Amino acid sequence: MALYEPDRSQYPAKKPDGTLDIDLTSGKYLKLWQGPQHPGITGNMSLELTVCGDEVVDCQTHVGYLHRGFEKLMERRTYIQCFPIVCRICVPEPDFNEYCYAAAVEELSGITAPRRADWIRTLILEMGRINSYMMYLGGQAGSLGMGVIGQWTTYVRDLMLDRFEELTGARIYHMFILPGGVRDGLPEGFEKRMEETLREIESTMKDVHEAMFCNAVFKKRAVGLGYIDPALIEPYGVTGPTARAAGVAKDVRKDFPYLVYPELDFEPVTGKDSDAFTRADVRRRDVLLSIDLLRQILAKMPHDGPLMAKIPNVLHWKVPRGETYIRAECSRGEYGYYIVADGSGYPRRVNVRGPSYTHAVALLERLIINVNIADVAGLMVSLHTYPPEIER
Amino acid sequence: MRELYEQLKRLFPLGEYTEQRRDLAFVTVPKDHLRPLLIHLRDREGFTHLVLLTAVDWIEEGRFQLTYLMNDRAGKRDLGLRVLIPRDGAAMEGIHDLWPTAATYQRELREMFGIDFPGSPRVNGEFILEGWTGMPPYRRDFDTKKFSEENFNHRPGRATKDPAKHMKDKLYPDEA
Repeated sequence: MALYEPDRSQYPAKKPDGTLDIDLTSGKYLKLWQGPQHPGITGNMSLELTVCGDEVVDCQTHVGYLHRGFEKLMERRTYIQCFPIVCRICVPEPDFNEYCYAAAVEELSGITAPRRADWIRTLILEMGRINSYMMYLGGQAGSLGMGVIGQWTTYVRDLMLDRFEELTGARIYHMFILPGGVRDGLPEGFEKRMEETLREIESTMKDVHEAMFCNAVFKKRAVGLGYIDPALIEPYGVTGPTARAAGVAKDVRKDFPYLVYPELDFEPVTGKDSDAFTRADVRRRDVLLSIDLLRQILAKMPHDGPLMAKIPNVLHWKVPRGETYIRAECSRGEYGYYIVADGSGYPRRVNVRGPSYTHAVALLERLIINVNIADVAGLMVSLHTYPPEIER
Repeated sequence: MRELYEQLKRLFPLGEYTEQRRDLAFVTVPKDHLRPLLIHLRDREGFTHLVLLTAVDWIEEGRFQLTYLMNDRAGKRDLGLRVLIPRDGAAMEGIHDLWPTAATYQRELREMFGIDFPGSPRVNGEFILEGWTGMPPYRRDFDTKKFSEENFNHRPGRATKDPAKHMKDKLYPDEA
């Protein structure tokens, strides 16, 4: 249900091989590069748009501006040397890399992390999820013309970074979830300060709801933008809030429970309309769910017990031959690590499956057709893409 | 998972089976039987989600292993299909018509491993690397150290300790 009527007469015809017959010299079409430096782009990614008037008729996603070759680097490093690398694959939500990597190495080595470490891992993953959503909400509002929301969410994100700092010693890259367990327990008085932070976030979310979701301009621009047909979910590998906004209750936390999620009481947040507005709303409600989960975790978690399992000498850690895949639900969808070990002290292959890999390329290139240039940034942000996990 | 494997084995000539977890197994599939097997898994067994498609370079054996990881959400299980193809002139049939998103994986494999997927959209175009003419960099015989020495200037770091010795002294002072 687009809010404007596309002028179909101007559209390019298709050649026999399926590609579009676009003659740039005709004056009808224009190539327009959005990014890699553009306020509406998260990270470094660019969209090569072909526009006809104000409408996009073709799009190609270009990545590679942030390629650091992590997967290759890991093949030349011991298992413990890979640990401080993995978090750098995704800046706003690094903990999922640490957890998936640690869990995969533990599984291949036959190590079980202590129960208390599992609780702390879940706590960290939920804290990271809130951080990531705060960045998203600011970006989504900003891309559709509301700069102030980003300032509010950045403020509460900063409070959460303080909690990360006192728990892990670091604000962005925590390097806390080691293969075998976690580095430390909760500091004294952490629960109280966390509760204060959660209240502040709740209060901000109320403001965000009123200023953003009840705003006529935001509604007018986001409702109907980037509709994803539920039939596209499986062919395009759509996961996470993007799938849940289409009514498909895909949530790894529920479907393939890991860590302590089976002990927590929650239902995945879903929506119906599958447009940019619904996706934003699903994520807003997901923040409230994460706040609830954090409270449950802090109330139920054990306060004593070991934090690390016994692990081999990390300088000579050899992992038996085998392969495995570990997945977790990050704020954008299914995050996973596929690790192949060949019995040596170095991984044979590490493959990182980030949700943006499918969302930002094949899906975005399809959704963007017919969209007005002004809405391209809003649409792209509504898929919550992080380019670093496309190119690793 | 074993049950599914026995069932599939009656229909397809499957190779080695590895059960990694209760809900995750890997099975080797001959190259020509991959496509019918994928269609069977998608349409009959509920494996509708293509989680990932990647390659592993077994250079010692002269083969690439392509891994197609399939997920059945309702059945709560994952099946990884391993296809072994020769490293020389590596090529594989694309599956972008079954999962449009597979085209992206195939572009990456073409660029990073040099595995061709004839007919896959934009498979010969640049994906991540720009103006790359050398050996596909994710192959095992690509020397990362040599590459960086040839392309980047050496910058002397701070005078520091030998990392291996330092870590050993710090973490395992009592071990020989």
